[in-house]
Amino acid sequence: MNQPLKSSNLVWATLFLCWLTAMIATLGSLFFSEVMFFPPCVMCWYQRICMYPLAVIFLVALFSNDKNVFKYAMPLVILGLFFAIYHNLLYFGILPESVAPCSQGVSCTSDYVNWFGFITIQFLSLVSFVIVFVLLLFLKRKAS
Amino acid sequence: MKKQTIVIASLFVLVLLFVGGSYFYKNADHSVTGEKTTALMRPHAYVIGNPNAKTTIVEFFDPACETCKSFYPFVKNILKQNPDKIKLVLRYAPFHTDSYYVVAMIEAARLQGKYLEALEVIYKYQDKWASHHTPNIGLIWGFLPEAGIDIEKLKDDMKKPEIDALIKQDIADTKTLGVKATPEFFVNGKPLLKFGYKELQALIESEL
Repeated sequence: MNQPLKSSNLVWATLFLCWLTAMIATLGSLFFSEVMFFPPCVMCWYQRICMYPLAVIFLVALFSNDKNVFKYAMPLVILGLFFAIYHNLLYFGILPESVAPCSQGVSCTSDYVNWFGFITIQFLSLVSFVIVFVLLLFLKRKAS
Repeated sequence: MKKQTIVIASLFVLVLLFVGGSYFYKNADHSVTGEKTTALMRPHAYVIGNPNAKTTIVEFFDPACETCKSFYPFVKNILKQNPDKIKLVLRYAPFHTDSYYVVAMIEAARLQGKYLEALEVIYKYQDKWASHHTPNIGLIWGFLPEAGIDIEKLKDDMKKPEIDALIKQDIADTKTLGVKATPEFFVNGKPLLKFGYKELQALIESEL
């Protein structure tokens, strides 16, 4: 067990962590909306659109040992990351909410969850996208 | 082969955590307890129905909220069907801009003994004064005389510090209780977890 990881094992482990992150983010967000009945706002939906497919794409890549997964996954991650950054800027009031498509329905800046004063759902989403982004970059370097 | 086992085992664990978590969350007691119960019911709140009723519905509402308007006749009807068994405690969650002033109008109308009359007129013309494109609470002045309210007296009474204190207390209580959207219902301290007419009816019936 103490032997250094072979490159292919390292790639696999990275991919596995990507999948685990996407899976936890997916199930976590479903828990908030379907079990705790927190209504997801528009911004949350855009991030979900990017995160949910990742849970499936990474799973397929894990089984087929596909080293090209970077190509398919990264566009979704970048899009999701963009929405997550935007959403957090809204939340912290750096961008005014009036410019966001949130005027109807649920506000994008209400905090349904606030653990320790900084862990909000918006923050959790950003963290997940950042983790997957960094892991994918690492994977690309190791796989090529 | 071993790698696939890890993936399948992880998938299994994650799904199990989700299902188990849902089960525990649904069966957990979400009732308002301890010190928070004082935030649920304040002596200043307007009560509809028998004050000694066994079942208490606390509703946090915003006069500008459309869903609050559509729930009002529904809840009133439930009260009518169960005379003396239920009381409805009306609390404010003025989340919309300017809702504070509309609430002050309702409270000032209460001093004229016209609480429900004012509330009903304000709901009746909600689409006019709380229109999405041009909200204008100034229009309410033109509607209130329909309820037999003395507007001059109302305008004076609205400035009373008691009314301001009452609204601020209600806003503080929404924060204590974690009220994020309107209307929010609590039946005998139990929050309505899944929002909807049927769900509210079921919650009330379970507490009758």
